[in-house]
Amino acid sequence: MKAEDIRAKLEKNVPSAKIKVVRDSLLVENPADLHNVVLALKSDSDLRLDYLSSLTASDFVDYLETVYHLYSIDKRIGPVVLRVRVKRDNPKIPSLVAIYRGAEFQEREAYDTYGITYEGHPDLRRIFMWEGFEGFPMRKDYEQEDSETLDKDDIEWLDRNGVKVPDEMRQKALNPPAPAEDKPATPPAS
Amino acid sequence: MGLTQNATVVDDGLKSELSKKGIVVTTMNELYNWGRRSSIWPMQFGLACCAIEMIATACARYDIARFGAELFRASPRQSDLMIVAGTVTKKMTPQVVRLYNQMAEPKYLITMGACSIAGGPFIDGYNVLRGIDRFIPVDVHLPGCPPRPEALLYGLMELQKKIDSQVIEKTEWYQKGLTREFPIPELGPRGLVPKFNPEVWQPREVDHRKERYGQPIVIRRKAKAPDLDAAPAPPRPAAAKPQPTQPPKPTV
Repeated sequence: MKAEDIRAKLEKNVPSAKIKVVRDSLLVENPADLHNVVLALKSDSDLRLDYLSSLTASDFVDYLETVYHLYSIDKRIGPVVLRVRVKRDNPKIPSLVAIYRGAEFQEREAYDTYGITYEGHPDLRRIFMWEGFEGFPMRKDYEQEDSETLDKDDIEWLDRNGVKVPDEMRQKALNPPAPAEDKPATPPAS
Repeated sequence: MGLTQNATVVDDGLKSELSKKGIVVTTMNELYNWGRRSSIWPMQFGLACCAIEMIATACARYDIARFGAELFRASPRQSDLMIVAGTVTKKMTPQVVRLYNQMAEPKYLITMGACSIAGGPFIDGYNVLRGIDRFIPVDVHLPGCPPRPEALLYGLMELQKKIDSQVIEKTEWYQKGLTREFPIPELGPRGLVPKFNPEVWQPREVDHRKERYGQPIVIRRKAKAPDLDAAPAPPRPAAAKPQPTQPPKPTV
């Protein structure tokens, strides 16, 4: 079934939801509609999309996106791709755990790496990175630590554990050079 | 390998002369090292795909038992050799260092594969440690992605050479004030604290990766993203398909 056909079907079943076709996928324009759209796809007698194969996120600099791949085991349809876009500053998407149990860990992963909050998730916390890790490492604006030079924290830790630190490294850590200027993120041509 | 010459080697000519008469001459050192190198007990410990090659090395086809290292122990207290087989993530590093500390002397370490040597293909990653030698000393570096079982056997033989070259009176673990326990790093808000142990490892002065490939390790933020709403590129012209030939009918 083509994306355009599914869109027409959804327009009939969920008239409130705005849906746009992006390439071969369906973009749900308002994240609040996602629950109804997915329920309609799951219960539709022609589609019966009963299996959430993958839930992942991506960063498009202007916005964050979550992508869902739905399949029907019964009807052998799929993948039907749904996209939801949210703003970077307050990314919130309704959780699908109540509909597909398998979404639980995948939503946790997307939260861990992209910082998208899935509202209604029973246990939303980090899954790959440890508790106490700061930032969302797969976002494009995440800046890694420089693992070749020691910081002040490292020097303190090493002193506490009685490890000898060369004077040069100690000087460098306590008087760090000025950070290099960041290139401003260029917005993609519209 | 810059192995130190074993100081107590008996003259080879004399030894072979005597052995023809049925007299075996050896030294305490040689006997001791022969015993140690012929029954290395590795630790049953794997982290990623390199562990599969390690398993293959232990199985019947490559049979690491031929070199006396077949007894994979499930406890660090009972093993002599730790084979760090696979990617060491930052989250895993404290456990690897702790296991190394728990091993009894004498202990040896082989890093198996590109990941455990320097981070391998994940060197740009935020989550992978760029080489276990940042925290614990390594005896044999074994490159490959993953190394074949033959390579692991070769690494083991190199380790045996190292064991053979050691002199009992001078070995580290019989000396006073042995400090072979290494502080276990902690998980901090940006990665490991500390990033490396300067007593064990220090960064190189020259960035060889930049010199060789013209690209340093990427840690900066990224600004580009694909534009999904743009019209997709036209499909490539399909190559001329060869006419499918009829398969010959099976004769009954």
